[in-house]
Amino acid sequence: MNRTKTAGTAFIRHLINIAVSIAMIYPLLWMFSSSFKLPQNIFTDKGLWSSAFTMDNYILGWKGLSGASFALFFRNSFFVSGMSIVGNLISCSMAAYAFARLSFKFKAPLFGLMLLTMMLPHHVTIIPQYVIFNKLGWVNTYLPLIVPKFTATEGFFIFLMIQFMRNIPQELDQAATVDGCGQVQIYWRLILPLALPALVTAAIFTFIWTWNDFFSQMLYLSKIKNYTVSLGLRTFLDASGESNWGRLFAMSTLSLVPVFAIFIFFQKFLIEGITAGGVKG
Amino acid sequence: MRPTHFFKQNGTGYLFLAPWIIGILAFTLIPVFASLYISFSKYEMFGSPVWIGLDNYKEILTGDEQFAKSLGVTFKYVLLGVPLELAFALLIAMMLHKGIRGLRLYRAIYYVPSLFGGSVAISLLWRQLFGAQGLVNQFLAMFGIQGISWIATPETALYTIILLKVWQFGSPMIIFLAGLQQIPNDLYESASIDGAGRWAKFAKVTIPLLTPIIFFNMIMQIISAFQAFTPAYVISGGSGGPLNSTLFYTLYLYQKGFVSFQMGYASALAWILLIIIAAFTTLAFLTSKKWVHYEK
Repeated sequence: MNRTKTAGTAFIRHLINIAVSIAMIYPLLWMFSSSFKLPQNIFTDKGLWSSAFTMDNYILGWKGLSGASFALFFRNSFFVSGMSIVGNLISCSMAAYAFARLSFKFKAPLFGLMLLTMMLPHHVTIIPQYVIFNKLGWVNTYLPLIVPKFTATEGFFIFLMIQFMRNIPQELDQAATVDGCGQVQIYWRLILPLALPALVTAAIFTFIWTWNDFFSQMLYLSKIKNYTVSLGLRTFLDASGESNWGRLFAMSTLSLVPVFAIFIFFQKFLIEGITAGGVKG
Repeated sequence: MRPTHFFKQNGTGYLFLAPWIIGILAFTLIPVFASLYISFSKYEMFGSPVWIGLDNYKEILTGDEQFAKSLGVTFKYVLLGVPLELAFALLIAMMLHKGIRGLRLYRAIYYVPSLFGGSVAISLLWRQLFGAQGLVNQFLAMFGIQGISWIATPETALYTIILLKVWQFGSPMIIFLAGLQQIPNDLYESASIDGAGRWAKFAKVTIPLLTPIIFFNMIMQIISAFQAFTPAYVISGGSGGPLNSTLFYTLYLYQKGFVSFQMGYASALAWILLIIIAAFTTLAFLTSKKWVHYEK
């Protein structure tokens, strides 16, 4: 009796989960399937199955606009994301190492300051930042998007790495010091390799956030040859209009592929990163 | 203490901290003070800021209908979107928690929208889903219901964006799942012995032990919801329309600062946003003493 009851609830729970799952991903599946439909069929075909299958949306959409193709937008996005990852990993791991494993004067107030800046809304600093970058002649280059990443501006990652580095046994440093290692060597040869999972997590989140970013990219990039995928898509909507949903959906689908691939390969790190941020933070 | 001595003692620490110190000075502290100064000035990008005292703030608080409108839109988004998203996240986490088969697959599916949610692609998709001929109306037509253009109607446009937020419940859900796993099983067992049913267990064990995590999720979501921008911008084509119904606070700030180049005015808006977020966070912390239970 009891067993059939448990089996029954499990069945109902699966049923609800399947229904919710379908509702959740249906819009994405629909976008994907629409990207292979003829423009006139997108709104007439019922369901996901296309009455006529075409690759034209991808071929014509890829050509982009005003002579700038999506190949260029993708390259630009990969460049900005890649540089952001390098910058965040180097600078945040250095700051985390200092906060987690070294002692120096004013460490506590500086740490407090870092936590405080994590809470500060971006909008408070955005206008002076823009003015500074403009005066430096950096507007319309990638520098405003990349340089701050080399100065550990994303406190979240410092915090994540501190949590991780604190758990590495202190005895390891002492042994390394006895063997004649300096702090730089301990950081580079000992702590960084051991903190690899935290670094991977930071790299993944940096990639996803930079790839999805729209606001700062829109603010600083206004030449079409500098455009990232976000800006390309946005402009594509204005240029080709709502009459061309097929191409829009094709390019939108492609724009999600890198993030989705990262998710498939590094799911474990993503989940751990979110959990660590939530439970320990 | 002589400087050389100070450096010998603390040099390595500051060496590793150097990038961060440069960053916090150049990209945070100096801009924060500059922003405060600019907010008391008339500043249009070209030339230098001209001090006008409290005029920007006076104008915003007394004579600016767009400000009041954008604040209303944003409050509605935060006060409806955040609780709905968290409730959904908790509900699904509860359902997945009790060792359901295929947990990893469900968790992945529920998380995918959070992964894409902030992107332009999804905002474009949303624009279509809730358009006059969109998928939502196709669905309604199956039941004989004649839909409207949800994104072009002032009464409904904001709700489509709130729905987009709720759709991204995956990230707080994962945090809830981790929290649920940390609740010791014997607490449920002793509750069972005391004769507690499913609801009593939920209300007396699960919720109280989960309050620190509910609180954490709430704070994080409130802070980020106040700063939402991309969906409003893309769905309304940058206008915040129809009839300012999706004029999010950040969108209005952007229009003032970077479209009409009233940078002093926009800076004042930014400081008001900071004060509002700080007030909400403080309020949450103060009331939390009443409902958040930390294990002793």
